[in-house]
Amino acid sequence: MKIPSSIWTLLIGIVLTLASLWYGQNHGLLPAAATDEAVLVDGLFNAMMIVSTGIFLLVEGILIYSAFKYRRRAGDNEDGPPVEGNVPLEILWTAIPAIIVIGISVYSFDVYNEIGGFDPHAIHEAPINQESMKMPGHGSAMAATLSDTPGSSEPNLNQEKSDEAMQDPATAKVRNADQIPQLRNAPGVGSVAPTIGESPDREGKPAQLQVNVTGLQYAWIFTYPETGITTGEMHVPIGREVEINMTANDVIHAFWVPEFRLKQDAIPGRQSNIRFTPKKAGDYVLICAELCGPYHGAMRAPVVVESEEAFDKWMQEQLVASKETLNQAVAVNPANLSPNDFLAPYTKDMGIKPEILHQVHH
Amino acid sequence: MTQAQLQETANIPALLEEPGVRKWQDFFGFQTDHKVIGIQYLVTSFIFYCIGGVMADLVRTELRTPEVDFVTPEVYNSLFTLHATIMIFLWIVPAGAGFANYLIPLMIGAKDMAFPRLNAVAFWMIPPAGVLLIASLVVGDAPDAGWTSYPPLSLVTGQVGEGIWIMSVLLLGTSSILGSINFLVTLIKMRIPSMDIHKMPLFCWAMFATSSLVLVSTPVLAAGLILLSFDLIAGTTFFNPTGGGDPVVYQHMFWFYSHPAVYIMILPFFGAISEIIPIHSRKPIFGYKAIAYSSLAISFLGLIVWAHHMFTSGIPGWLRMFFMITTMIIAVPTGIKIFSWLATMWGGKIRLNSAMLFAIGFVGTFVIGGISGVMLAAVPFDIHVHDTYFVVAHLHYVLFGGSVLGIFAAIYHWFPKMTGRMVNEFWGKVHFALTIVGLNMTFLPMHKLGLMGMNRRIAQYDPKFTTLNEICTYGSYILAISTFPFIINAIWSWLYGEKAGNNPWRALTLEWMTTSPPAIENFDRTPVLATGPYDYGLERANEGVPLSDPNPILSGGPNSVLRAEPDPAVAANPEDRK
Ligand code: HEM
Ligand SMILES: [Cu+2]
Ligand SMILES: [Cu+2]
Repeated sequence: MKIPSSIWTLLIGIVLTLASLWYGQNHGLLPAAATDEAVLVDGLFNAMMIVSTGIFLLVEGILIYSAFKYRRRAGDNEDGPPVEGNVPLEILWTAIPAIIVIGISVYSFDVYNEIGGFDPHAIHEAPINQESMKMPGHGSAMAATLSDTPGSSEPNLNQEKSDEAMQDPATAKVRNADQIPQLRNAPGVGSVAPTIGESPDREGKPAQLQVNVTGLQYAWIFTYPETGITTGEMHVPIGREVEINMTANDVIHAFWVPEFRLKQDAIPGRQSNIRFTPKKAGDYVLICAELCGPYHGAMRAPVVVESEEAFDKWMQEQLVASKETLNQAVAVNPANLSPNDFLAPYTKDMGIKPEILHQVHH
Repeated sequence: MTQAQLQETANIPALLEEPGVRKWQDFFGFQTDHKVIGIQYLVTSFIFYCIGGVMADLVRTELRTPEVDFVTPEVYNSLFTLHATIMIFLWIVPAGAGFANYLIPLMIGAKDMAFPRLNAVAFWMIPPAGVLLIASLVVGDAPDAGWTSYPPLSLVTGQVGEGIWIMSVLLLGTSSILGSINFLVTLIKMRIPSMDIHKMPLFCWAMFATSSLVLVSTPVLAAGLILLSFDLIAGTTFFNPTGGGDPVVYQHMFWFYSHPAVYIMILPFFGAISEIIPIHSRKPIFGYKAIAYSSLAISFLGLIVWAHHMFTSGIPGWLRMFFMITTMIIAVPTGIKIFSWLATMWGGKIRLNSAMLFAIGFVGTFVIGGISGVMLAAVPFDIHVHDTYFVVAHLHYVLFGGSVLGIFAAIYHWFPKMTGRMVNEFWGKVHFALTIVGLNMTFLPMHKLGLMGMNRRIAQYDPKFTTLNEICTYGSYILAISTFPFIINAIWSWLYGEKAGNNPWRALTLEWMTTSPPAIENFDRTPVLATGPYDYGLERANEGVPLSDPNPILSGGPNSVLRAEPDPAVAANPEDRK
């Protein structure tokens, strides 16, 4: 019995669709989703995986099938059927990709809006817009730093903040003065580049927790403006919306926690910010994702997502600890640290032996 | 003269004892023949490919283990910076220019390029630029800020290396601008009168689109680099935030060229594939006009997508949406091409020789890169994977799959024309098999690495990624090995390969209507078109151009073999010989 080709097409179509639907949701390619935003992004990724798997199987299938089915037999010097085009078919396969990409765009747009990317205020706050400074009740850090345009008479708050951070012995541990030549004259924040702002349902409300993040070669420094704590590791409580205000001292770094699905460049001379709501407790790693020098791969910092109580407890401990370390501050002279010591806390977890660092250090 | 008489006399090659034969010394001098220059480009760029490939394998060797244990982190950064710079500016871009140089005049029936001396000048900028770049590694202060060279990092690492990098890229950009002017003028002004633009081979369309793109975008890169060199050398602060400059402005200028650059790298090979597939499938190309105009569409759209490289560097929200949509739209003309190639193969009589295998590999691999490209255009997802190995995987599927496989397909396809000899098919297929295996083994696992959290440009990584990285590293060794059959095959076949005849593929485009290798000045008289470039199996292909070779079977012009019964003694298809 000969099965008509329309049936074949239908069968193959069904199998393809099922396979794509299955793989799109069971690919296991992403790490755990630890924020509300991550869940949305994963939905988008899975949808794209379904479509991609379908297209991949279809195109590669046709390609391999025709390579085998239509290969020339020895001695056959005829030409194939001279089909030069087929307008309806061409319109169809122009339309299909067009519809697919429109669909993906609409979905992306929606996710982007949900995670707060399309914050309508952001448009007005794009670089150095005087009007936005007057906007009342908006993200305080943002408003404050906006006035730091070079040449302004107001104090450079960012500069102060990072200077403060650098004075703190807790951070002295992770830096080496020799390695940070630009530090003393780190650029002030000239403009604000809002990136992922508040989600639509929280529009106009400030975030529940602010964390200022400074990137420098090759460390991350976190300051909690409400309590004044400065640390080398970031703690955030589950369920509270967090706003990260970031900048960099020397070169461009990028804030990335894979489990948060969020990334943002920390650019010297600019302040950028992202907001997110942690969702899943765990120990994660903040990774610098922008090439920032030879030890770029070692620029990592622990990130802990924990319950409200644990977070508050940690906060208390930090307050006590920072008082203690202050007393010992004189004892530590960061300039005496070798690159070896400087990098030790960062490379240990990664399995990099200190001897190696020793050999490689310039 | 009547049309018929013209056709009688057309395509008779210049009279030479051994047409096209030149002394080997000619390839080392300042020659103005476009064919010599074309081969100079191809050989030079291939040498750089080998150097860039060695660097890639050093990079991968370092990444075999999570620790920094093979080179220092500084050297590591120089290695991937040079690897990328060499692969892009010294291999793929010049290789495309090499094919364009060789083929455009032949395909449009011209004697040479419009400006032969300018052509030679453009080529001779490349070797010094390349030597300069590599010398920086020897001097000990190689550039190590990545091929993107973002300030302020590029301003605070080695000054000498960075200065050398800027000089070298400026030279290469200038060469590329000079070349493009030449291609455009040649394509517009030097076509034979009977070839209107809709009879032009698709490779010419692709080069037209590419050259226009080069002319618009390269000067912006040059401007960016010159400003960067002021910052570097003269202490200005265009991009240096310590003096109030803005590093993001550099990124805009850089990507305004460097995104189009990927189309500059890939469009010529879209063109080459559009030549190869119909010839070896023995069918007209499906949707000639759709393919031709989609090249133009890609080159126009290519100019308005650059900020998708900057989705995480803090551009305003609405701007990201604009660039997301323009980027997505590029998938449409690209899709048109892919479907047209598939339709061309469908129902054909496909000769699975090395050229065609690489063409099929090109389509199959490029599709993967294209799909991940659409994913990257989706802003929320790109925010997650930007600057990770997912991007490294994507770009290699596009650049390796889409450009390098295209280059090899083109080399195997035009080798008989350039050298007058056939390549050894067996070793060609070995080369193909090793390349496809190595390619997927090296780059497929990188998708997962990136999604899981391995960022790019790092010499040391989290030990949980070790296994996948080992697979990638061994894959890259297979890739390295895969080039040996090719190199040996190319040299051996050039010297001793089977004589090819003028038109072993029985192709219809004009470059096959002259001797192999073509004589200086290509055609004795202006050729006259009697068929379209892809009229395989069509009646009108049987009228037309008389043969240029007295041996009808090997030269096999469009007419004879198709019309005559094949001679059982001598196979008309190279694959059937022996
Ligand atoms: C021989 C096979 C190749 C291997 C094994 C290879 C390997 C690699 C690796 C491991 C990286 C990432 C380096 C890092 O992020 O630390 C890389 C980057 C790159 N490669 Fe390749 N590559 C190969 C061929 C090519 C080709 C043919 C091109 C053509 C253009 C190319 C262009 C690039 C570019 C543009 C980058 C980005 C570099 C950067 O992030 O600055 N590669 N390659
Ligand atoms: Cu960094
Ligand atoms: Cu970094």
